[in-house]
Amino acid sequence: MADTHFYRTLAISEVSDPDNAEHLQKLWETPSGLHGWLTTVDHKTIGIRYLVTSFAFLLLGGLEALAMRVQLAHADQHVLTPEQYNQVFTMHGITMIFLYALPVLSGFSNYLWPLLLGSRDMAFPRLNAFSYWVYLFSGLFIYASFLAGNGPDSGWFNYVPYTSRDYNPGSGIDFYALGMILFGISTTVGSINFIVTAFRTRAPGMSLNRLPIIIWGTLTASVGNLFAVPAVSLAFLMLWMDRQFATHFFDQSGGGSPLLWQHLFWMFGHPWVYAIVLPAMGIVSDGLPVFCRRPLVGYTPVALSTVATMFIGFGVWVHHMFATGLPTLSLSFFGVASIVITIPSAVAVFAWIATIWLGRPVFTVAFLFFASFVLLFVIGGVSGFMTAAVPFDWQLTDTYFVVAHLHYVLLGINVFPVIGGIYFWFPKMTGKLMDERLGRWNFWLTFIGFNLAFFPMHITGLLGMPRRIYTYPSGYGWDTLNFVTTIGAFLFALGVLLFVLNIVLSLRHGKQAGPNPWDASSLEWAVSSPPPPYNFTVVPKVASRYPLWESYLPEEGSGSVIDQGPLLAQGRETLGTTALDGEPDIIFKMPSDSFAPLIMSLLLTALCYGALIHSGWLSALSLLGVLACLAAWLWPQPELAQSVKYQAKDVHDD
Amino acid sequence: MDSPFNYLQTFGPAAEPLAKLGWGLIAISLLVTVIIAVLLLMAIFKRRQTARPDAQGRIPASREPGGMRWIYIGVGISTVVLFASAAWTVSTIADVAPPAHAPRLTIDVTARQWWWEVKYQSDEPALVFTTANEIHIPAGEPVRINLAGGDVIHSFWVPQLAGKMDVIPGQNNSTWVQADKTGDYFGQCGEYCGAQHAHMEFHVIAQTPEEFVAWRRQQAAPAGAPQDQALQQGQEVFLTRCSVCHKVRGTLAGGNLGPDLTHVASRGTIAAGLLVNNTANDSAWVNDAQALKPGSGMPSLHLPPQDLTDVVNYLGSLK
Repeated sequence: MADTHFYRTLAISEVSDPDNAEHLQKLWETPSGLHGWLTTVDHKTIGIRYLVTSFAFLLLGGLEALAMRVQLAHADQHVLTPEQYNQVFTMHGITMIFLYALPVLSGFSNYLWPLLLGSRDMAFPRLNAFSYWVYLFSGLFIYASFLAGNGPDSGWFNYVPYTSRDYNPGSGIDFYALGMILFGISTTVGSINFIVTAFRTRAPGMSLNRLPIIIWGTLTASVGNLFAVPAVSLAFLMLWMDRQFATHFFDQSGGGSPLLWQHLFWMFGHPWVYAIVLPAMGIVSDGLPVFCRRPLVGYTPVALSTVATMFIGFGVWVHHMFATGLPTLSLSFFGVASIVITIPSAVAVFAWIATIWLGRPVFTVAFLFFASFVLLFVIGGVSGFMTAAVPFDWQLTDTYFVVAHLHYVLLGINVFPVIGGIYFWFPKMTGKLMDERLGRWNFWLTFIGFNLAFFPMHITGLLGMPRRIYTYPSGYGWDTLNFVTTIGAFLFALGVLLFVLNIVLSLRHGKQAGPNPWDASSLEWAVSSPPPPYNFTVVPKVASRYPLWESYLPEEGSGSVIDQGPLLAQGRETLGTTALDGEPDIIFKMPSDSFAPLIMSLLLTALCYGALIHSGWLSALSLLGVLACLAAWLWPQPELAQSVKYQAKDVHDD
Repeated sequence: MDSPFNYLQTFGPAAEPLAKLGWGLIAISLLVTVIIAVLLLMAIFKRRQTARPDAQGRIPASREPGGMRWIYIGVGISTVVLFASAAWTVSTIADVAPPAHAPRLTIDVTARQWWWEVKYQSDEPALVFTTANEIHIPAGEPVRINLAGGDVIHSFWVPQLAGKMDVIPGQNNSTWVQADKTGDYFGQCGEYCGAQHAHMEFHVIAQTPEEFVAWRRQQAAPAGAPQDQALQQGQEVFLTRCSVCHKVRGTLAGGNLGPDLTHVASRGTIAAGLLVNNTANDSAWVNDAQALKPGSGMPSLHLPPQDLTDVVNYLGSLK
């Protein structure tokens, strides 16, 4: 249908022309004040909201962790009742795994992607705002269970039949189930947005093999989530129906199967674990080389191993179920798959070490977090390898050894890169540098506190202490180790507190950063700090993997152009490129700010609440509202018609 | 370190191959961690020519060749170790799947919130009986354990004798244990199961075959009649206040919601390992179980003092 397209000849403009900047500012700026705050679709604002919200959830989950550590500091403590303890450990898991770990990485990705890709926003800016609001409301929805008097107390894994109405009549499980369905919507639309953004809005010349690794990580995670999230959303819906309408999906007395829950949950759960580490590994793969003053060793194997990890990650879910009485053949298959998945991780580890070895490390705080991450990654990796060995896992599973393992993985591979990533990109986001001296205290306290808290847990687990017990008797050899863990947990918390303090102080008193304080290599460092609402005045052209390092590394390719290029300024526009090679293809018309995402999210939340309290009226009204809002949102607008083909000036002559 | 749950120190053929594998994996893991840590530290601190910053104080980026060798060698060695470990894993699964010879004794264990019901099967009906939280087995021979779920999912775990096997409602799982030496082996529920998951301990007592046969006969017998007036009183109290949930074979007490108490005085602990079985603890438990194990099925009875003394003495007589 080429006829329906009309071609637009694009003049080449200069970045330095102030008229361009002024014009774009008018087009892209969100007005200040409440109206702008509620309607903005700017990926940078949304990214920062994701980061701040997820970090608030991290602090909340951290407080829950400290409450547990006080209870477990000594044997036979009564700080928390069993019921309180069970709610606290459940909410700790839900908070950290769902409300912190992926959203924080979505925060980085939302903020960084268009800047890394040389575009002006995510492919679907309103969907992006929607995904944030739904995430926020799903978190608040699940936490509202405490206001209703009972939080979920069934662990984040939520095994049936303990979560069936017979054994768990309170509404906590319903809050969790409906909240997770809501959260699944956020994750799904967010993933779709990332996938389309990665394939269609790259700067011209940015072929797939020039993508920064964080984009490989988030892209892989997003594709994985599209396949994984439906399993858990469905499982939670079925559970809710079992509880409310006496269906029998998981009820063995009615022909259902409790084990079905475990399969559905872990078919989602294990890919999810990779979704919440692969983008963080990407942060390190991109950040570490900047401070080693050299490109990442083994870009291609690292990118491919990212994808391979997720691929194999769909074939290991049964390693959460080794003790459920499955046949030995399937145990062998899933055990071996769980061991084999270590190989792509080994690729990344040796790539990182070689990068440091062959580089010239600059000891910034970000470098300390990234380099120490490599060690934590390996410790979390080898303990994971031990649990993959089926017969030994029959002993390890559900002991503190697994708690140690998963915290080395989730804190080591997520929180450490995240904090390092903030030290790295904070100057870009705010225009100010973070304090390096306070940063060192921050690093050493978190590093020592973390290891003091979690390393002894390996031994506690090998001595047989089960997970999820609210207290333990003295004399089983667990007392001292638990006390040490509690001390470590508080040191770690202090380190996190210093991090927050550093952010607050640096926002006020930080030194001006300038566009590229680390002399880094990727496109986001080519624009001012913080970047203008439209990111790039002109569309940059990319000719190598490290566009800002071409003078250092001529052999990597050269010819990237950042200071001049097509100015797209007939309304909000960004350039669409072809999926594989990044050839210019189309001019995407981008939507303006809108209330629709927020209203839609509120209506969906109301729908869930209506379902929770069995209010037919509220459910029906909010469902109608959702449909009306959807119609308004999707109503065709001529100014958003995507029909303008790109045509460079030098080849166009009609 | 000494812990009754330390599964690196094992006492039977269902657990020993697991411990061996475990030690091997721990050794590999520690070695890998140390090697990586050393490489990382060397990479960070190795002597380098100091780089000259340019006019703006920047250290130029450069690419030293040779990085891919790291990946080839590192991943190559890792792969060999991983596949060897995978082979060891698979062969260990095969080793412990069935016992060396078919078990002669089968015990049905039902896991409940939060205690264990133990039923001894036999071809002789007189030897079929039910007890709780204490599983006696003859040392030196494999014993089959059939697991049934009474309510939610639990996991049967005697670390020094065998790995975990989940107890799942509607699913017939089984496992086996064998103790090479006599002794008291600790067990604990290995799957989170609610408020008192922490207090769902049990014991596997391995006895010489002769002792075991004697124990079994004694347990299969009904409780003896009360020997004096006070115990008679205690039994009265028991029948009015306890018999809805508890059974004492040979009396009218026939409840089956709680543990069978026919020979409760012969057990080492009460309340699924929570308390040592003695008069003071029994008394505290009967009087205010909810304070000791909140949420448990056992109510706080708050009996009049004389009734409490009598019923506890009666329980103490059920040897």
